[in-house]
Amino acid sequence: MSRTFYARGQTGQQLLLGAFSALERQAGLGTVKMHPRKEMMDLVVVDGHARGIVTRDLVTGDVQAWAADAVILATGGYGNTFFLSTNAAGCNVTATFRAWKKGAGFANPCYTQIHPTCIPVSGEHQSKLTLMSESLRNDGRIWVPLAKGDRRAPGDIPEQARDYYLERKYPSYGNLAPRDISSRSAKQACDEGRGVGPSGLGVYLDFADAIGRLGEDAIRDRYGNLFQMYEEITGENGYKQPMRIFPAVHYTMGGTWVDYELMSTVPGLFVLGEANFSDHGANRLGASALMQGLADGYFVAPYCIGNYFATAKQPKVKPDHEEFRRSIADVQERVRKLLAVKGRRTPTSFHKDLGKIMWEKCGMARNEAGLKEALVLIPALREEYWKNVNVLGENESYNVALEKACRVADYMEFAELLVMDALAREESCGGHFREEYQTPDGEALRNDEKFLHVAVWEYQGPDRAPARHVEPLTFESVHLATRSYK
Amino acid sequence: MSAETLNLTLRVWRQKNAADQGRFVEYKAEGITVHCSFLEMLDIVNERLQDRGEEPIAFDHDCREGICGMCSLVINGTPHGPRRGVTVCQLHMRWFKDGDVITVEPWRAEAFPPIRDLVVNRGALDRIVQAGGFVSVRTGGAPDGNAVAVSKTEADLSMDAASCIGCGACVAACKNASAMLFLGAQVSKYKHLPQGDPERERRIVQMIAAHDAAGFGACTNYTECEAVCPKQIPVRVIAESYREYMRALCKGRAPGVKEAAAGGGAG
Repeated sequence: MSRTFYARGQTGQQLLLGAFSALERQAGLGTVKMHPRKEMMDLVVVDGHARGIVTRDLVTGDVQAWAADAVILATGGYGNTFFLSTNAAGCNVTATFRAWKKGAGFANPCYTQIHPTCIPVSGEHQSKLTLMSESLRNDGRIWVPLAKGDRRAPGDIPEQARDYYLERKYPSYGNLAPRDISSRSAKQACDEGRGVGPSGLGVYLDFADAIGRLGEDAIRDRYGNLFQMYEEITGENGYKQPMRIFPAVHYTMGGTWVDYELMSTVPGLFVLGEANFSDHGANRLGASALMQGLADGYFVAPYCIGNYFATAKQPKVKPDHEEFRRSIADVQERVRKLLAVKGRRTPTSFHKDLGKIMWEKCGMARNEAGLKEALVLIPALREEYWKNVNVLGENESYNVALEKACRVADYMEFAELLVMDALAREESCGGHFREEYQTPDGEALRNDEKFLHVAVWEYQGPDRAPARHVEPLTFESVHLATRSYK
Repeated sequence: MSAETLNLTLRVWRQKNAADQGRFVEYKAEGITVHCSFLEMLDIVNERLQDRGEEPIAFDHDCREGICGMCSLVINGTPHGPRRGVTVCQLHMRWFKDGDVITVEPWRAEAFPPIRDLVVNRGALDRIVQAGGFVSVRTGGAPDGNAVAVSKTEADLSMDAASCIGCGACVAACKNASAMLFLGAQVSKYKHLPQGDPERERRIVQMIAAHDAAGFGACTNYTECEAVCPKQIPVRVIAESYREYMRALCKGRAPGVKEAAAGGGAG
């Protein structure tokens, strides 16, 4: 059975293009104005309501205020905090993080999804990880050699020397086991020294059976573009030899806390799609991010925002209001400070270091000691950043180094919040796996007595630890259970 | 077995802003692993440039997996480089040889004003979409599966066109800087489907008008565009567009067509 409909492995791309053309229609009609190459740098709150944003024009450096009746953020997730992820390079946490600093509670930042089917890291030069569509797991079988250190070519490893570990451990779901389980199983196999490829951090995704059953043409018809993409990146032919895959940071279930009307704790600030925390709980399932993006944008927000306007009408504000002026000054000062450091290391080199800390201490498996270490390492790295970052050029130009530096500055702070949340949640749940909390056979062990809640973090000012609030979870029609994929 | 690392010479177009004249600057790219992508090679060069106090080379990129349409480099005269059917972000260094001299330029077209170095403003493509690259029904509840019958043949023809990522390589490759392959892809993806039929005539006439108004040139069948298209969109979409255009003219003016055509100077 196929898990989702797909369009030549471009399902998300085609949904995006459809939404894009509907948006461009409105742009053509003059009801929407597009502002490409502008970055939101701050949220502006007046009398407790979100009343606009401040942007920096990436081409000219102009910092500008935009007054509004309400603000909608649809700014994506924070996966790039880890440096290496499947996210596009431009995805960043700045918009939701800046909203957090203006009072919008941030929920469950530790719920990060590590996707099992990505192309493995090939070296220090790696700038991103490429996701091979999950649809491949419909027809591919995942395996590693049975014996530790078996370095034979995959074709030379006979059937009886292979371990189809997902089929073995989860016979009823097999290769379609949920993402967190598939990812952890891959990590486990590699930790045992049974990983494949030059780095030993990889497992095979093998289409030989499906090709034998359906023919190469049928597989090409279903996944042709993915096989082509794989070959371009790795130089290997997935029809002739198994693909190598490894888990990578992919999606972030946590995000700005919102109510059922998608409004954050700041009235008038609505947050849609991956940027909010809703819908997915601790673990997102295949295709549901597409669903959320479309549902939030098309079917929820248009109706809820009307309700806000009808019930909480605010007087008009203009962009010369003192809150806007203060915010503009803050943004300009932040940019000026970054340019003035004139240290010796590039923003990207700091981002890489931060990513390593996050992946090692707060990645697929986390534990108290590692998380506490991260809470020492991150502030130290951040301190070095503000003393030693080297941002060349000036504000008044298309300055890619400055653009990056502003984003990295926010990752440096946000990463700490993510780790604090991971440390506070003393259980394993979905994308958050704490090594101390697992069943004897290595499955995630929840603690419903203590952690049956959403954790919502509130900013308390620059020198104070953020406050952790809880929103209890209640289950009315579906009863809480532990799913077994065995 | 080829070497695992390459020593390369890059000739990169540097231009501070639209007012600057711009020039090629030569950089050494040494010890580049064959496993990295072309953009990752530029990342390495940029890190080294910054370490010696020079501003990094600006280039557009985002998804780095061939689907967003942001990356846009002309490599040795060919948009997206030597490999067929891939964007430059998917182009890996194993296709280059040790000692190669590689020329890297931006998309060059009157309709794409330069921003900096290898970055140009491709907003003109958006204006073509705004003129008609949509269906005019508002998005709402999805119809039942298979309620609208579309044959697999037609659906495939539509999908071939729908895979356009809007990068603009077709424009960069064309001697006339024509965007007709891009425009054709937007037309063809709707032409083969029943959705979008009501605005069929308006679509083609308005999009051609927007195309010409943006400063793109006319198509004179060089078909370079098809050769460089990373999504291998066939030039038949251009033929389909002309057919649509003739058809629209023969059918008389749909509402709104006259104004748009007159305003844009096409017709």
